[in-house]
Formats: sequence, structure tokens, C-alpha cells
Amino acid sequence: MSKGKKDSTGVNPKPKGRLKRIGEMFVKGDIWTKLSFFVLGLSNIVRGQILKGLMFLSMEIGFIFYMVIVGVSGIAQCKTLGKIAQKQVWDESEGIYRVMTFDNSMIILLLGVVSVFLIACFIFVWQAGVKAAYNAQELKENGKKLPSALEDIKAHLDSKLHRTLLFLPSIGILLFNILPIIFMIMIAFTNFDKDHQPPGSLFHWVGISNFKTMLNSGSMLGKSFWPILIWTIVWAIFATFLNYIFGMLLAMLINRKTTRCKGLWRTIFVLTIAIPQFVSLLVINNMLQRTGIINVLLQNWGWIKEPLPFLTDTTWARVTVIIVNCWVGVPYTMLITTGILQNIPAEYYEAAKVDGANAFTIFVKITLPYMLFVTTPYLITQFIGNINNFNVIYFLTGGLPASLDYYQSGTTDLLVTWLYKLTTTSFDYSYASVIGILVFVISGTLSLITYRRTGSYKNEEGFQ
Amino acid sequence: MKRKRIVKDILSHALLIALSIVWLIPIVWVVAQSFNEEQGAYFPYFFPKKWSFCNYISLWTDNTQFMFGRWYLNTLIVAVFCCIISTFFVLSVSFVLSRMRFKARKPLMNVALVLGMFPGFMSMIAVYYILKGIGITQSLFALILVYSGSAGLSYYIAKGFFDTIPKAIDEAAYIDGATKFQVFTRITMPLSKPIVIYTVLTSFTAPWLDYIFASVIMGDKYERYTVSIGLWTMVQQEYVQTWFTRFTAGAVCVSIPIALLFIVTQKYYVEGLSGAVKG
Repeated sequence: MSKGKKDSTGVNPKPKGRLKRIGEMFVKGDIWTKLSFFVLGLSNIVRGQILKGLMFLSMEIGFIFYMVIVGVSGIAQCKTLGKIAQKQVWDESEGIYRVMTFDNSMIILLLGVVSVFLIACFIFVWQAGVKAAYNAQELKENGKKLPSALEDIKAHLDSKLHRTLLFLPSIGILLFNILPIIFMIMIAFTNFDKDHQPPGSLFHWVGISNFKTMLNSGSMLGKSFWPILIWTIVWAIFATFLNYIFGMLLAMLINRKTTRCKGLWRTIFVLTIAIPQFVSLLVINNMLQRTGIINVLLQNWGWIKEPLPFLTDTTWARVTVIIVNCWVGVPYTMLITTGILQNIPAEYYEAAKVDGANAFTIFVKITLPYMLFVTTPYLITQFIGNINNFNVIYFLTGGLPASLDYYQSGTTDLLVTWLYKLTTTSFDYSYASVIGILVFVISGTLSLITYRRTGSYKNEEGFQ
Repeated sequence: MKRKRIVKDILSHALLIALSIVWLIPIVWVVAQSFNEEQGAYFPYFFPKKWSFCNYISLWTDNTQFMFGRWYLNTLIVAVFCCIISTFFVLSVSFVLSRMRFKARKPLMNVALVLGMFPGFMSMIAVYYILKGIGITQSLFALILVYSGSAGLSYYIAKGFFDTIPKAIDEAAYIDGATKFQVFTRITMPLSKPIVIYTVLTSFTAPWLDYIFASVIMGDKYERYTVSIGLWTMVQQEYVQTWFTRFTAGAVCVSIPIALLFIVTQKYYVEGLSGAVKG
């Protein structure tokens, strides 16, 4: 595009200023620019930027077309989420009952969200269109040459490269991330559960009652939610810190000056990261069963009489999960920390040795503080990752052992595996969404508190 | 003094050997079971009594209940496409956020941060209905879209890497008349081999490892399964007795390529995470 557009990427991001600028453009604009406020791209077409103008115009036509066909009615229906459910209607001509589909709350809500989205996108396009229209007029009035289509494309490979490169990724994120998340947030405020499955029966808005049920420790769901939340946090703490400490110790053990075959040891441990988790965890699950190989061997050797309840007793299962997670995660931490450990200045250690510190003191006073300093962001992401650690729980225990006190959950289920079960086995979508939002709140607060304090966020530009 | 050091050396090597055994037991056991001629899920001995290739042969040829060969091919197709698209997305977004300055940059990064805090599959039902709306559920295409669609969000590591490449290099190129696109393709990319390989690797392996979206999108469409759902199905209660040894064979077939890939590129993996090009 042109130099005149520079102000659009400059300062003044306030919406008020933006509105004001658009108003000014309308006042100063000639007839074609004014018309372009209603027919996008007109000013560009008239002034010779045909391709650009046509693009704006086609976007406007497409938008209006969509809104007329489905958009408007979709948004209107969102108020009630549909009135008439699917039912059987007597078909006179054939003498049978026919299933007739009327409203479907799910589709209505989805259409509503998509429409609101498209409106937002269109407002954006419209703004750009108006600006382009005014720019074209301004350039013409100043006697400058309008950039041709080819020049526009060239600019998009240079000064406007960020638009080109971000275009497809943002569409992907919009469609497969933002749109679904907004949709699911909406679902949290409806009664879309196993008793309200469209098209057979519709669901409706219920306000925040799902949140109340979930957080009320007296209700069936609350009785599951609080214990699962506590277990999730306990799990995340153990999983994160045990892996971290043991991984670091392992890395130090391999890094020792006199350790032979360092590469071999590393490869052995790295091998376990390289194997897909669902494979190794399903296998370990099989090995830990009552009749699994570990119990059998221990019995054959006469170490135990009865098989150990690795996955069938709640406490055993929880400890097992944490230990097996070390098996999964320690090599990974080892891999990450190896490099950082080598960066600790050797003088520190020498000085400590001269002062007569033993290995433990050196670790606690030098290695650990240094590592914590460097790896805090990593620890936070690991912690949040563990709160959301679906694989280890789902493949290892499947959330079992089951508990009668919990709603649709076993005692090793984390909030996320519970969420998964609520969606796929019991179809309680609204409750699942509530859990999703609560998990978001938990990890959001955690990272806000810690992440914003780290230097990498505050002082991003200062790195170089 | 010297004696003490020798004792320490022996102890630490002994510890390493013990740990290696613990870490290798499940792997050795799977490989051993995959050659077991007997059928069943639970054996009272560690190593099989009769060794043979029958599990591998029936796994790939017997399609009556499970079609492993088909699943393998499916996963490979998805992985290749996903790898290409995701790599492009991740590198583009990272380059833009690391190297270019524009008004929406900080807001975009904040939005990405917030989005990353939602549990990844919270939205799977909505994704399912969106795909249904487009009319492509139960297809490999849908799976590719889902895996690579939001790849742009995982730009952190690559951006961190690009941040470590000195800007002076870019500026020198601009003075010589290069466009930003040329800087991206001819300067930043060649300097970023570790992170490119890291991104290719992680996006290639993602479809091999994901269970959740594949299972939700494919439902009961057996012939479109990917290996992870397929193998998971084999160890469910109704199949585990007859299919467990074939499952282990399948596990070996899936793990070997992924493991090899990982071990070969391990160096780049670590370098990618720590930033290799230092000013």
C-alpha cells in the first residue's frame, strides 16, 4: 500500500481516536470516498486500484450474503437457543411416524458465535477499507502515483511482511482455538448435559448455576470437584519438583568428571523419552496389574505373598502414578539441565571446596539456587503442564481405582481427565466446560503471579 | 584421597547401572513380548519361552479386526502434512514476533499467552462440531487441520531462539538492499538449523502421540484410525487377552522410527531449547 497509510501503524491506538479519525475521513472525503463507507472499495476502483477495490467489495458482499442467509436468524435464536425439539410427526400419506428435526441448540449457538465473530472481523475489514479509500483519494489529490497491485504485493513481502506471515496462522488459531474456546465458555452457562442432548431435547441458558453446583462442596459434583482439585495440585507439586530434582541429580551424576561413557548413559535415558508415552505407559500399566509381570516376579522370588495393589488401591495408585511419572520425566529434565549445569562457573565450586564444603552443601548453596534462577520459567510451564497432564493419568490408570463418592471419576483422575470423561463418556458438556474454565483460572493466576515477574517478560528487548 | 575417589567412582557407576536397568526394564520387556509365540496378556515369566515373528506377521497381515498397516499409513500421512504446515506456521509467527515491530504485536502475544492457559482439549467438542459444520469429520484431512491449525500458538521456543540471533546481521542485509522476506528465508532460516529441526521433529511426532483429538474425531471409523487410538483399543479389556502380544509388536513398530528420529536429532533438540547462536 502507500506511505500515507503510515499513520495507521503509528501511535494513537485508543478506540476513541480511531472513531474520530474515521469521522474526519468522512468529512474530508469526496463523493467516492463517502460512498466507499457504504460500498467498500469503490474509491479504490474508481481511482485505478481495481484489484484492491474488488477485494474489499467482495468481502462486503460475502459478509452481507452470510448475514442475510444465516447470520441474523442465528443471532436472534441465540436468545432462547431454540424452541421446538425434534419430535415424531404422523405422516398421513405414508401412515407412519416420521422423525422431524426442528431446532438444534448446538447448531444455533455455534452459528451465533460464528456470526458475532464474522461481525467483528467485518468491522476490522470495513475500517481498513475506509482507510484505503481515503488514502487513495489523498494520494490522488497530492498528485502522487497510486501503488499498483504489484507494488502492493511487494510491500507485503517487505514492510508489511508481518501481515503476510501471520495471515494463515491466525486463521488457524481463530478457527481451531479461539472460536472453540469461546463456544465452550458459552456452554458453561447452559444446561447442556446428558439430559439435554439436541436435537432430541434442547438446552437453555442457566446463568452461573453450573459454577455454583461445581463449587458447592455439598452437591454431588462439588464432592468430586474439591478432592480432585486437591489431588491435582498435590500431583502437580510432586510431579514437577521430584522430576526437577532427580533429573538434575542424574545430570550431575553423568556430568561428573570421572564418569565413563557419558554418551552411553545419556542415550539410555533419552531412549525412554523417545518412545511414545502412550506405548510406555500402557505397557507399564500392564506390568503393574495384579497378575502383571512385576507382581508375578516378586511372588516367584518369595518377596511378597499377596500381589501388591499398585493400581487398585487409592493411595498405592497415587504413589505409583507419581513414581512412574518420574520414570517418564526425569530423563527429560536431565536432558534440559545438562547444558545449564555446564554453564555454572567452575570457580564457585573451587572456592566452596577450599572452604571445606561437602557435596550436599555445595548442591544446596550453589547448584540449586543457580538452577532455580535460570529455570524458573521452565518450572512454571512444567507445573501448569502437570496440572494438565492427561497422558500419564489416562494411559497409566485411566483414573482408576473407581470411587462411588465421585461423580464419573476415579481417585487418580486429575481435573483434565475428569473433564475428558465428562465430555466423552457422560456427555455433561456444561460441567466439563466449567472445569475447563476453572483450570484456566488456576493456571492463569499461577502464571500471572510468577511469569510477569521474570526478566524475560519485563525486559524482552533488553536481551541483546 | 585417591582411594576415596575410586570408591566414589565405583558407587556412582553402580548407581548409573542400577538406574539404567530400572529405566530399560519396560522397554526390554516390550521387545521381548513382541517375539512371544504364545498368546495372552499376563505371563508368569519375564522372557518368552518360545520366540518367533508371528506377532509381527499377523499384526501387519491380519485385517479382520484391526488394520494396523492402514493405521500406520494414516498416521504417516497426517504426520507429514502436519509437519509441513505446523513448521511453516510456527516459524512464521516466531519470526514476525521476534523481528518485526508493529502495533498489534504485544496484544497478540498477550492473547496467545491467555489462550495457552486453557486445557488444550477443553474445546474438542466445539472443534468436532465445527468440523461437522464444514462436513469433514472422520477424515484424515480434519485431523491435519486440527493438529496444525493452532500450531502458531506454540511459538515461544522458536521466538526465544530467533531473539538470540543478533539484529546487526539483519541490518547489514537491509543495507545491502534485502527485503524482510529475503532476510527471513536467506538469513534467519539458515542460521536457525537447530530450531527448524526441533520444530519439524515435534510437529512430526505430535500426530503419533496424540490420542485425544484422534479418538474424538474418528469415532468408530476403524479404517481412519491413527496408531495411538489403534494400539489403545488393542489393550482394552475385551481384546487384551488375544491382542496383547500383537500390541507389543505394534508398539515396537511405532517406537523405533520415532526413537531413531529423536536420538539422531537429540543435539538439535537441546540446542533448540537453549539457543545455539550466541552473539
